[in-house]
Amino acid sequence: MSTASSSFIDRRTIIDWLGIAPFLIFALMFLIVPTLYLVSGAFFNAQGQFTFQNIADLFTPTIMSAYWISIKVSLASSLGGALIGFFLAWAIVLGGLPSWIRSGLLTFSGVASNFAGVPLAFAFIATLGRTGLVTVLMRDWFGFNLYSTGFNLLSFLGLTITYMFFQIPLMVLILTPALDGLKKEWREASEILGASNWQYWRMIGLPILWPSLLGTSLLLFANAFGAIATAYALTGASLNIVPILLYAQIRGDVLHNPNLGYALALGMIVITGLSNVLYIWLRMRAERWQK
Amino acid sequence: MPFLALANIKKSFGQTQVVHDFNMAIEKGEFISFLGPSGCGKTTILRMIAGFEQPSGGTIHIAGQDQTRLKPNQRNIGMVFQAYALFPNMTVFENVAFGLKVAGMPKAEIEKRVKEMLKLIHLEHLADRYPYQMSGGQQQRVALARALAPKPQVLLLDEPLSALDAKIRVSLREEIRQIQRQLGITTVFVTHDQEEALSISDRIVVMNAGRADQIGTPSDIYNRPTTRFVASFVGTLNIIEATIVDPAAGTVMIGDQTIALRESIADKTGGETISLALRPEAGSLSESAKGDTALTGKVVSANFLGSVVRTRIAVGKNTVSFDMFNSPDLIMPAPDEVVTLRFSAGDLLVIRD
Amino acid sequence: MKMTKFFAWFAIAVGVTYFFVPLAGTFEFSLRMRRGEYSLDAYGSVFSDVQFQQTFGFSMLMALLTIVFGMLLVVPTAYWVRLRLPQMRPFVEFVTLMPLVIPAIVIVFGYLRLYNSASYIPFTGSLLGTNILLVMSYITLSLPYMYRSVDTAMRTIDVRTLTEAAEILGAKWPTIMFRCIFPNVMSGVLSGAFITFAIVIGEFTMAALLNRPAFGPYLQLVGANKAYEPSALAIIAFAITWLSMGLIQLVSRFGKLTQSRP
Ligand SMILES: Nc1ncnc2c1ncn2[C@@H]1O[C@H](COP(=O)(O)OP(=O)(O)OP(=O)(O)O)[C@@H](O)[C@H]1O
Ligand SMILES: [Mg+2]
Repeated sequence: MSTASSSFIDRRTIIDWLGIAPFLIFALMFLIVPTLYLVSGAFFNAQGQFTFQNIADLFTPTIMSAYWISIKVSLASSLGGALIGFFLAWAIVLGGLPSWIRSGLLTFSGVASNFAGVPLAFAFIATLGRTGLVTVLMRDWFGFNLYSTGFNLLSFLGLTITYMFFQIPLMVLILTPALDGLKKEWREASEILGASNWQYWRMIGLPILWPSLLGTSLLLFANAFGAIATAYALTGASLNIVPILLYAQIRGDVLHNPNLGYALALGMIVITGLSNVLYIWLRMRAERWQK
Repeated sequence: MPFLALANIKKSFGQTQVVHDFNMAIEKGEFISFLGPSGCGKTTILRMIAGFEQPSGGTIHIAGQDQTRLKPNQRNIGMVFQAYALFPNMTVFENVAFGLKVAGMPKAEIEKRVKEMLKLIHLEHLADRYPYQMSGGQQQRVALARALAPKPQVLLLDEPLSALDAKIRVSLREEIRQIQRQLGITTVFVTHDQEEALSISDRIVVMNAGRADQIGTPSDIYNRPTTRFVASFVGTLNIIEATIVDPAAGTVMIGDQTIALRESIADKTGGETISLALRPEAGSLSESAKGDTALTGKVVSANFLGSVVRTRIAVGKNTVSFDMFNSPDLIMPAPDEVVTLRFSAGDLLVIRD
Repeated sequence: MKMTKFFAWFAIAVGVTYFFVPLAGTFEFSLRMRRGEYSLDAYGSVFSDVQFQQTFGFSMLMALLTIVFGMLLVVPTAYWVRLRLPQMRPFVEFVTLMPLVIPAIVIVFGYLRLYNSASYIPFTGSLLGTNILLVMSYITLSLPYMYRSVDTAMRTIDVRTLTEAAEILGAKWPTIMFRCIFPNVMSGVLSGAFITFAIVIGEFTMAALLNRPAFGPYLQLVGANKAYEPSALAIIAFAITWLSMGLIQLVSRFGKLTQSRP
């Protein structure tokens, strides 16, 4: 009796697991194993011996500066995107603007947040490049040469401005529902208790938004950190950021050590992974008050 | 000089005027209820007292000072909202401390005051809970403590009990009233539940379409409604159409029966139609019932409602309901039976709209 | 209040400037091909380019395959997790979000090392194998979006009741899947499909490193070698994205309409 029921359970369990077997196999083959392969490869030398040498070799000036520029661009564009995106979302939710502005901006954000890659680079070259519209208009109308100020689209600043084109809309899309969730009563309750507008935002509004704000920022960070198409189309191989360095390494082993390439990839995973761990940790702290 | 004075308050949203020339004088320590149907403007007036809405006309004074143009955070008013509105990211303690903190009170004093407030609402043991960990009734008590902590001049409550279930509603309203007495704080309480208003208020303002129909003590409002609206909204009054026979003698005709009123109708003319109000609990079928007036009619229906039996009888064109206390030996009137309802002439009120 | 409104308009003005100036700049630039006057020459040059047609067709095909096979993978999985393995939900969701964290270039790097012609599964050893690998990589990239939209659509229908009703009527598994589940989550499938399309059509990293003649690498090539065509291509790409997003909105609105009907 008992064996019969237990074997019945066993069969059911097996069928249950068979149901997601295709997904598990797919995830293993095309996501998990390839990643683990690189991660483990980072700890072996060409002769197949275990070593930390590859990791140590990352600490050369070229590679370090590549990481540093990547981090700077990702951080700047995600913070910039978060800030501007926040204000836009705030304006359409709480700014008392006509409702067509809200729907218009949301529709546009849906499009712009997916407008990335090579065409985005083209758009900014046509705008802020040496013969771009804005550059030319500034020169012709105001006699102002943008490039004489040291500005260069193929630089940290240029890349940051370009990335923000899809970072801002992403933030708007995620923050708008979060802002909608702020109850009018919270604001009124704080106001009647004597709080100023600023005190309301500091003590109630922002702490409540904090998880979504932070989560999106870190998503934006990872997004920018791994992006290559825009940067590559914008600068060719001239800007030394990690994804481009890795691209060159994959193409032609510019580091002259395949396993150093693995270490480079590992470094990227560690940084995006860390940003996620940080996110999860901060979110748990910020969400003590949630169900 | 009243403590809280609303003078000629008007409010329009766009083209529609929702509050018309509202006047109200509230004494210090008084507990006033605004009672009225949905959409009559109760919340709007409360929000104007709080400063969330600007009146389109009129003035608001508290303790002799003009508050009409002040912002909410300059008014020192406490408010409790319908949907709790506790700050979800703060514990009970932090919620209650909020008003004190923004006022810049020293930490030690905040601690002392919050403890005092939590004791007042009997929730000392939940100080570290977050709002989501508490029942609606507990949350609303915290909201009350939060509103009272900064010692406001006036306490406003906008249907604070309507989201709670029936039992808690009754116990919490007693608690609110008791705390209000203890602190002697001037209070405006908005509700559309007449029982709630009748049971805890010093005075009630019955509102109808942006106007105060009647202002008076609960017993005034219940026993001596001055308008048809008040009569029908508070309690379940019978409205009986009658034709005046002789204004001087105070006799009227209901259907084909003539009765004498106690209230004077000498200002009316013969043949005029007037409305009379009669409470369901005022009449009785028993032969021995005291009462100088009787109406005879046919039973339309008799319904058993638990503690009372409600009978509806047809008198002329009117249908009159009346309640009898239930008892095991009560004989329920049968439909179509002809019965005589006896009551005191003093229970018939003349409605003068 | 006045201040709030002022700042709100200010924010919108900044946003509009930021978003429209590059688009306007690109459009203006794309018209400059003929000297001294505006013309659509750049567009003509783009559309008549054989390589444009070939690469765009190739990417369209890849996108289509990605959508079909991706949905065949995602819909049954989401269904099964909801119905039979709710305890696996956090794990499956975590896996579907991983592609947002692990950069595409790292994933494709792993493929190149793991599935090269000398390995046990030599995907990159043949043309067909490489194309399959490209589709798989695209499924991986769009996994977060596909899974999310399908799972959201599934939340609004009661999968369990639907399944049990079908089982009582004697339906077999494939019938349940293709007759009951797929049509009912169609709005989710379609919006997932369009966003996948928007991602895949111009994708660069995977295609370039797997050496396939896709639209993304072609765009990059044009960018490196021509002056006005890139702007025209950017405008075309923007229009394609807009179209995909418009279709998503249309589909979700349609989905809501059909759901509100009892
Ligand atoms: N911000 C506003 N804009 C336009 N009309 C409003 C606004 N606020 C309230 N009103 C209108 O004013 C009238 C009075 O509303 P109010 O909220 O004061 O009613 P209430 O008596 O509190 O009703 P309830 O018992 O349902 O809470 C209603 O007709 C309402 O539609
Ligand atoms: Mg109200």
